[in-house]
Amino acid sequence: MDSTVSILANVVGATSNWVRSVFEFQFARAVIFEVNIGGHLFVEGLLLIVILFLLSQKSYKPPKRPLTKKIYFICIKMRVSKIMLRPLPQPLVCNESKENKCKEKFPSDFNRADECVQDFQEIDELCEEWAPEPLIPSITDDMKREPPVLESAAGPHTIVKGKDVVNFTSANYLGLLGSQELLNGTFTSNVEWQETCTTALEKYGVGSCGPRGFYGTIDVHLDCEARIAKFLGTPDSILYSYGLSTMFSAIPAFCKKGDVVSNLYIENENLPSTERTKKFTNALGHSSIFCVCTRFDNSLGFLLLQRLLCLEKANVSWDEILYTAKCERQLAYVNLGTSELDRLGHGIWDGRLIAASPNAPPPKTFMVATPNDEPQYIGVPFANVGTDVKINNPEIATCHQISLLLTLFCNLPFSCRDEGVHWGIQNGLQLSRSTIIYFKHNNMESLRNTLEKVTQENKQARKLRRYIVVEAVYQNSGKIAPLDEIIKLKEKYRFRVLLDESNSIGVLGSSGRGLTEHCKVPSDKIDIITAAMGHALATEGGFCTGNARVIEHQRLSSSGYVFSASLPPYLASATIKAIDIVEEKPELLVKLRQNIALLTKGLSDIKSLEIVNDPLSPIIFLALKQSTGSSKGDLQVLEDIADHVLKEDGVFIVTSKRSTLDKCKLPIGIRLFVSAAHSEADLVKASESLKRATASLLPAYD
Amino acid sequence: MITIPYLTALTTYFSYGLLFAFGQFREFFRKIFDWWRGSNLQGYAPICLGLEDFYIRRLYLRIQDCFGRPICSPPDAWFDVVERVSNDNNKTLKRTTQVSRCLNLGSYNYLGFAASDEYCTPRVIESLKKYSASTCSARVDGGTTSIHMELEECVANFVGKPAAIVTGMGYVTNSAILPVLIGKGGLIISDSLNHNSIVNGARGSGATIRVFQHNTPSHLEKVLRELIAEGQPRTHRPWKKIIVIVEGIYSMEGELCQLPEIVAICKKYKVYVYLDEAHSIGAVGKTGRGVCELLGVDTADVDIMMGTFTKSFGSCGGYIAGSKELIEYLKYSCPAHLYATSISPPAAQQIISAIKVILGEDGTSRGAQKLARIRENSNFFRSELQKMGFEVLGDNDSPVMPIMIYNPAKIPAFSRECLKHNVAVVIVGFPATPLLLARARICISAAHSREDLNKALEVFSEVGDLTGIKYFPAEPQKQQVEENRVKLE
Ligand SMILES: Cc1ncc(COP(=O)(O)O)c(C=O)c1O
Ligand SMILES: Cc1ncc(COP(=O)(O)O)c(C=O)c1O
Repeated sequence: MDSTVSILANVVGATSNWVRSVFEFQFARAVIFEVNIGGHLFVEGLLLIVILFLLSQKSYKPPKRPLTKKIYFICIKMRVSKIMLRPLPQPLVCNESKENKCKEKFPSDFNRADECVQDFQEIDELCEEWAPEPLIPSITDDMKREPPVLESAAGPHTIVKGKDVVNFTSANYLGLLGSQELLNGTFTSNVEWQETCTTALEKYGVGSCGPRGFYGTIDVHLDCEARIAKFLGTPDSILYSYGLSTMFSAIPAFCKKGDVVSNLYIENENLPSTERTKKFTNALGHSSIFCVCTRFDNSLGFLLLQRLLCLEKANVSWDEILYTAKCERQLAYVNLGTSELDRLGHGIWDGRLIAASPNAPPPKTFMVATPNDEPQYIGVPFANVGTDVKINNPEIATCHQISLLLTLFCNLPFSCRDEGVHWGIQNGLQLSRSTIIYFKHNNMESLRNTLEKVTQENKQARKLRRYIVVEAVYQNSGKIAPLDEIIKLKEKYRFRVLLDESNSIGVLGSSGRGLTEHCKVPSDKIDIITAAMGHALATEGGFCTGNARVIEHQRLSSSGYVFSASLPPYLASATIKAIDIVEEKPELLVKLRQNIALLTKGLSDIKSLEIVNDPLSPIIFLALKQSTGSSKGDLQVLEDIADHVLKEDGVFIVTSKRSTLDKCKLPIGIRLFVSAAHSEADLVKASESLKRATASLLPAYD
Repeated sequence: MITIPYLTALTTYFSYGLLFAFGQFREFFRKIFDWWRGSNLQGYAPICLGLEDFYIRRLYLRIQDCFGRPICSPPDAWFDVVERVSNDNNKTLKRTTQVSRCLNLGSYNYLGFAASDEYCTPRVIESLKKYSASTCSARVDGGTTSIHMELEECVANFVGKPAAIVTGMGYVTNSAILPVLIGKGGLIISDSLNHNSIVNGARGSGATIRVFQHNTPSHLEKVLRELIAEGQPRTHRPWKKIIVIVEGIYSMEGELCQLPEIVAICKKYKVYVYLDEAHSIGAVGKTGRGVCELLGVDTADVDIMMGTFTKSFGSCGGYIAGSKELIEYLKYSCPAHLYATSISPPAAQQIISAIKVILGEDGTSRGAQKLARIRENSNFFRSELQKMGFEVLGDNDSPVMPIMIYNPAKIPAFSRECLKHNVAVVIVGFPATPLLLARARICISAAHSREDLNKALEVFSEVGDLTGIKYFPAEPQKQQVEENRVKLE
């Protein structure tokens, strides 16, 4: 055995010596990218043959699978031929008359030239006729809400309209923000922290004037990346210049078309309607069509449900339908009394489709579905969801109408109540064009079902990149993701996890290292962690951390990193200092937790509002116990409370507002960001004030 | 339009072929090794796709040292570049403690506000003391301080529009605001070389996207006519609205937008114009108000004016300026306003101060001098480069000037040689540019003195000879050379 190895080694050694001597013979001075290449002529000759061979394989068709290495080659080849063969662009002269143009185009054929002139005129007319919509919809009064203007730093106390108010709007969890006078010198960490900023500002100026690739990398960026990685115990990390861009750049870097991201059911618009109906009903499992109805056999709601649930046999009873809906499809339903029905009327209400018949004798039935509210043309008479959908005659609510209704639902991409992720993440997922499936908000059972379904239905799924996307503390509800269960599921179904720790870094865990520490999950189990730094770290920008491969890949593939100027260096310095403070002063975390507990306790007996968030979350999220029925109405009520509290008691709180682009359907509420720098008196003041405001502004539902 | 000599095209293709073939060789062996070691994926699909990986491993890593060079001073006319070493053939680079002082021809520091400034810096530090470094809250919540209000007013005033909205990052300004303005049933017509942020915003909006030939108004008109006549795909309903998106100065081409022609066409066809002035605001125009001022376009004719503060103003963030209603609507529905942390108060103060300097409201004529200087510097540098025989793209008055390099081997060679002579330049290659059209990009600043530019020219001349990128060697023969070329867009 040994001897064969040594013989082999000898042979290899001899050959390599020979090759080297041959190569070094005459032509040993080629430099390619500053690497000395011996014997280049020989190698080049060889390669030329390879290239010619490859170029001759013209008929290769790229497969539709995700790109593989071979396709790269095709890319280059296509580029080559495209660039070489592209016809010279025809210079078009703008103000030349159309007759001349047409004559030039068809110099010998007068008929064709004539036709062409006619075409021109026709297009002219069409262009003349076309009238665009205004750039923006008309502004209504409720759009004009101006936020209060702060006249000092957004610390635990701030000044609004010359008055000192307690601030619960700033995710300044560790109390790094805020000016000293207002804090009466009780807080020292922010003095050092500001000094660091000042020093950095003096040294580096404000902006970095370039993307990271082009001299926008300043040494503090590298230091900051190293510091974050060290703090979180990950191999490497990467800084983004804005919190919002972190997720929406990082996700498309790793998910491409075809990859499965577990979180929307992408409808194919071109499917025939039967196919769509099927898909729709399949999708019911993880969507939330709300059927609000009364028990009334053979009503529209009944028929529609029957159809949806594929229970089209004779003699189906309401009980059977509701049982199937509830247990098998997880369809929620509510019984409503006549008064509500009268109040709501029928038609489109808050983006939900309601069919109700005011003429029908009580008890009345109506359907409330929650499809996405985007109007969309689908080729049936009541095409736009924006317009009223009416079925006027109860007697002829035939299956035809029902199927029309179905097409209406099915053509709309599902946006489910259960997805509570932040807009930045939604946008990232959309940009990545991967297949997105939403599971119920923070519901592990739903996640398990979804994962099971994806892996079983899709045989290809094993080869695709699959991700579960969650937020550690949901900005939209204050709930904390059960990471340990997610990890179990992830490992069972072999999904990767993308975790957004924006609201948990510096808050959760015994030393503020975030959800991973809180759940005692080693951070290497999470493939990609992202976070915005405009929360506990009290700076701006964001970071992504994970293994070296993941990070290096983003440095070239992540658009918000490559194509945007880097984080202002003073903010990078401030971040380093903020992390130092988190490590050095564990008492801040203790204080923060005490404050959260205190405020939660203070608010626990508040009437008409309920606390939605998990107990440890630094976001206290209060939702209405009884919705007014529309999100606009809810918002108005909550805004009134917030205004009242600010005006009367100087407690600054805000509602969670939603952009028209946001697909999140979780209920809106009042959001309070608790800070370690809030004093006990502040917290008591806030809860007392809120109680008073709700008592006077909201009727109590008990 | 770039023309490229046949010979250069051939050698360039050959070089890429070579690189590619080498890459495939090495990839082949790597695969064998991987197979040997066994897969450690445990049922997960690989996180990086082969194609992307190949590019990084086999092309990018070889010239990695030319990108992302760290600096340890502000990006002023001269800056300190930290030297890096590699012990593993450029795979990883380690920072050393050594620095070299280099002339900065790479940063977008057009007006020289990157370094500390006698007027701006004290005010910025004051605002830091008063408002802290961040607000930790979105603009609609508790993230609006009086500085933010002042900034928006100041920007609207400067740009020449009734109102403005400011976000914390230029990229997000584009990519989060386009989806608010247009959606399904709308049409976006975009210049073929628009910035990635615009492309991403357009994709995110769900509108149909078409491109027109870079900076060619006649082609824009042709595309517009065809598309208006055709209507929406499949249904052929008329478009809801059409937005044409152009940039003021194209950052990879150095060209000024042909704005007057484009605006005329847009008016004629009743479509909206979206102008991204990232590189032009503050840098061109008599009082620094961007391409509209330079080319004599009334700002009222441009519906949406966007720009960033990372360039001329030496800060961070971006803005949209437009009618009062437009801004009100954006403030109501734009995610960047509703969800993102508001722009850091010191950065906002920097912008306000910089604008004041530019407008002479600081009581000196420093702003006017800076504007005159950048214009002189750019035109001087451009004409000198052309005289030397470099192939320089772009228009007069534009502070961005790309020098064509073409061959892949010359890309790192040019950058490294310049760095050896203490001149820092930016090089750009595939995939940021088409395969053939690799280039070096020079950004001139008002902070450069004439001596700085002369030094740079000297170095370029020498390195240009060494690497052979003076594609127009002698002036008089230029015409003749031009006839012998393939035309490329
Ligand atoms: C407009 C409208 N709404 C609602 C309904 C359903 O009412 P009910 O459930 O009382 O039959 C119908 C009946 O077909 C209807 O036409
Ligand atoms: C045309 C254009 N738009 C937007 C941006 C993005 O700006 P920022 O660096 O502020 O994100 C850039 C930056 O390079 C740009 O060139």
